[in-house]
Amino acid sequence: MRVNFTVNGRQQEADDVWEGESLLYVLRERLGLPGSKNACEQGECGSCTVRLDGVPVCSCLVAAGQVEGRDVVTVEGLADFAKQRAEHGHGGACAAGGGCGTKGVSTDEAKRWSARPGDSRTGEGVELSNIQQAFIDAGAVQCGFCTPGLLVQADELLERNADPSDQDIREALSGNLCRCTGYEKILDAVRLAAARQGEAL
Amino acid sequence: MANTRTTPSGTPTNVTQKHTRGGIGESTLRPDGTLKVTGEFAYSSDMWHEDMLWGQTLRSTVAHAEIVSIDVSEALAMPGVYSVLTYDDLPAEMKNYGLEIQDTPVLANGRVRHHGEPVALVAADHPETARRAAAKIKIDYRELPLVTDEASALAADAPLVHEGRDDHHAGHVPHPNIVHRQPIIRGNVEEARKRADVIVEGEYTFGMQDQAFLGPESGLAVPGEDGGVDLYVATQWLHSDLKQIAPVLGLPEEKVRMTLSGVGGAFGGREDISMQIHACLLALATNKPVKIVYNRFESFFGHVHRHPAKLHYEHGATKDGKLTHMKCRIVLDGGAYASASPAVVGNASSLSVGPYVLDDVDIEAIALYTNNPPCGAMRGFGAVQACFAYEAQMDKLAAKLGMDPVEFRQLNAMEMGTVMPTGQVVDSPAPVAELLRRVKARPLPPERQWESAGEGADVRALPGGLSNTTHGEGVVRGVGYAVGIKNVGFSEGFDDYSTARVRLEVINGEPVAMVHTAMAEVGQGGVTVHAQIARTELGVTQVTIHPADTQVGSAGSTSASRQTYMTGGAVKNTCEHVREALLEMGRRKNGSYHPAWAHAELLLEGGKVVTDGGEVLADIADILEDEAIDLELEFRHRPTVPFDLKTGQGDGHVQYTFAAHRAVVEVDTELGLVKVVELATAQDVGKALNMLSVVGQIQGGTTQGLGVAVMEEIIVDPKTAKVRNPSFTDYLIPTILDTPTIPVDVLELADPNAPYGLRGLGEAPTLSSTPAVLAAIRQATGLELNKTPIRPEALTGTL
Repeated sequence: MRVNFTVNGRQQEADDVWEGESLLYVLRERLGLPGSKNACEQGECGSCTVRLDGVPVCSCLVAAGQVEGRDVVTVEGLADFAKQRAEHGHGGACAAGGGCGTKGVSTDEAKRWSARPGDSRTGEGVELSNIQQAFIDAGAVQCGFCTPGLLVQADELLERNADPSDQDIREALSGNLCRCTGYEKILDAVRLAAARQGEAL
Repeated sequence: MANTRTTPSGTPTNVTQKHTRGGIGESTLRPDGTLKVTGEFAYSSDMWHEDMLWGQTLRSTVAHAEIVSIDVSEALAMPGVYSVLTYDDLPAEMKNYGLEIQDTPVLANGRVRHHGEPVALVAADHPETARRAAAKIKIDYRELPLVTDEASALAADAPLVHEGRDDHHAGHVPHPNIVHRQPIIRGNVEEARKRADVIVEGEYTFGMQDQAFLGPESGLAVPGEDGGVDLYVATQWLHSDLKQIAPVLGLPEEKVRMTLSGVGGAFGGREDISMQIHACLLALATNKPVKIVYNRFESFFGHVHRHPAKLHYEHGATKDGKLTHMKCRIVLDGGAYASASPAVVGNASSLSVGPYVLDDVDIEAIALYTNNPPCGAMRGFGAVQACFAYEAQMDKLAAKLGMDPVEFRQLNAMEMGTVMPTGQVVDSPAPVAELLRRVKARPLPPERQWESAGEGADVRALPGGLSNTTHGEGVVRGVGYAVGIKNVGFSEGFDDYSTARVRLEVINGEPVAMVHTAMAEVGQGGVTVHAQIARTELGVTQVTIHPADTQVGSAGSTSASRQTYMTGGAVKNTCEHVREALLEMGRRKNGSYHPAWAHAELLLEGGKVVTDGGEVLADIADILEDEAIDLELEFRHRPTVPFDLKTGQGDGHVQYTFAAHRAVVEVDTELGLVKVVELATAQDVGKALNMLSVVGQIQGGTTQGLGVAVMEEIIVDPKTAKVRNPSFTDYLIPTILDTPTIPVDVLELADPNAPYGLRGLGEAPTLSSTPAVLAAIRQATGLELNKTPIRPEALTGTL
């Protein structure tokens, strides 16, 4: 089947989709957006979390056909999504037709990966959302496999609750498993992002 | 969260102070951070190649059986299927692999020895096609009697899991179903027991834990035009994989080119081969790129687990609280294949006394071959199971003597100069008593925190959490302590080395260092500290971290808390040689201009050569001009020796590392639900190269220990040896709601033998976390609790 939907502000058309494919599979394998992660593929870990018409969902549990005509934001589009929100005062899609990162990962790119001189890869020179920068600064990223889902979920928390208590943060992120950090620095990151968001207002 | 950082005065240190920005000791940020927060970091499951096929593994549905027949015809006939492989299709003489003992078949050869053993492979153009084709392969099993525990493994008529063993442990084990046995005898337990005023015995059971790294086993194999293969994979040790992969493919090692892809956590679970060989076989058979990605169900079968264990301990003490003797027997279930079992046995036995002074010991540790899932490396590696048991013993002894459990431990704590049961002298700081003092001195968290919100109870702070099972009724608090000892690096005479290549050259007018190692970055932050080390040693700001691959020498494994010590040490060592080469170049070119070139102590700082008095002699860039210095060197830690097979004596370990925990729990005694309120820890790390990463490691390791205390266990049905809970629905790991505040107190007492004085740190926090939580639950409930994990039924008497 063919599925038409919007991903990170760009109209996408996925062809030859088998009816059993998940939104996660279509994003990762058909649209070249592997940022949403495949840690459990059974809705338990939250690493594939995306916004579907604004609502955080496990994209592994959404059948691809269900997103026909709908709007998806993934971690690749999070920075633009947050920017649009800041500019327009509401959660919106990325600039129409502009796209917010639709790069796949080829083996050549993987081979070339390295921390280049002049690009410390810690946020400088790249436009990141508040929550993305806070995760880097607070040391909330280790292996990073849970990070995309946590970022999408935490960004949504701060969208509706600008000043969450620790228990609010824990409740909001309780569907996102992390095996590396022990969560303490993830809490630090969300607190930091909330504080910076407060300062910016 | 309060992190304190303390270097007691008078501490020996071999660290020279340097001032290049972003050097060691600073909490510099991860060089891969931006890629990881934008979704661009290329994990092994993200790899993609034009015309790529998907590989699928068919695994055994029974634990122990003869394969009477395999019929692949229906699978092969399916549209979209390119290849189906079984044992008969293996291309080389070598059909097995293994870390130490090559006992693991690439594909089952007429017999399966555990549930989930790989039997056949399929390559197809869509993962679902591959799955459906695999399901169409017909296998006729004739089930065989099972070996599931010590009794059935060592019974007179026990079936042998591996017949005709000729490995190097086969000669000394008392039974062929024992992989390895390590006794340690020191002093005289029978005599020492006579001095004991109290004796306590305990039988402890440790459940099978899963590493549960989030990035599933995955990778991409691309056939090369030369008949070789390029493999992109997530692993802990590229060169160890390579040694096992090349022979079964029938290829020389240089035709198997491995590149590390992004690794989504490891924790020991990627030390063994998973999909590496299978993907290469399918790629070579189809001459197309093949990607394999396990789902979570398969991941539970795709890697080894932490050994479940039964531990019997006897300790004695005098009435003034001095330990007299210890006798223990540790039985580890290694499952169907050896994996890392021999080394786990060595660790469990040699660390079985814990961080205590004990001169009279009688220790035996064994690992069994059974038809249970294979077990091998997981964070803590044999020391975890022992710590759970000896710390329970310490509490029992203290209770029997009427002593404070922390004071009792401190009275018996080892220190620098203590002789281990192996005869090895602990020759660097061992601040066991101090670590305990620190966690005990920390103020306790306020009681009844669920009331702090004001109106009503905040159930998120209570046992049962959002299930809203109590508002404080029946909730009891408990506090428990534990401390542990772990070795760092590969032990028992293993030639443990790492390799680093460093290139220094001028790019756009600025000196740039490139660091190239084969170290597996699995999330621990090795890439961060390599850049810091290069900045400190070479005085440059710009450092490039080359992707890890097999084009450079081995870095050894990202395990045993060894990578900062070993590959960090290798980077430091190579940088020192690059520095010497640069200074030599400088003397040659500029030596006549300034007398300091000849005799002063010269340093590299801020891109310049300076004297120890701070006088600038030259810019590094001006010395190098268009030349590059490029060196690749190996680095070794001090040698160790194997433990004697009868007495266990020998200087078998490189370095020891220590952590202590205090757990505060609240237990709903009516429902048996546990809320861990705080898990405070103190650890000596020798020297924190990057405090942000250090604290992150300690908190993560602590949380894995918490998991095995209250929820984590792979349940294997004893009647069928089948895994009953291979999913994140049924195998629970701590969520952010299950995990408490983890205050970390870091000591930095330098080890004079180690680079910068550092102490490997990744595993120690996983040891004492579990017994501290258990001790706290015991204190809250008054129950004995000799098994982990603790489930509600164990607390409510409904077991």
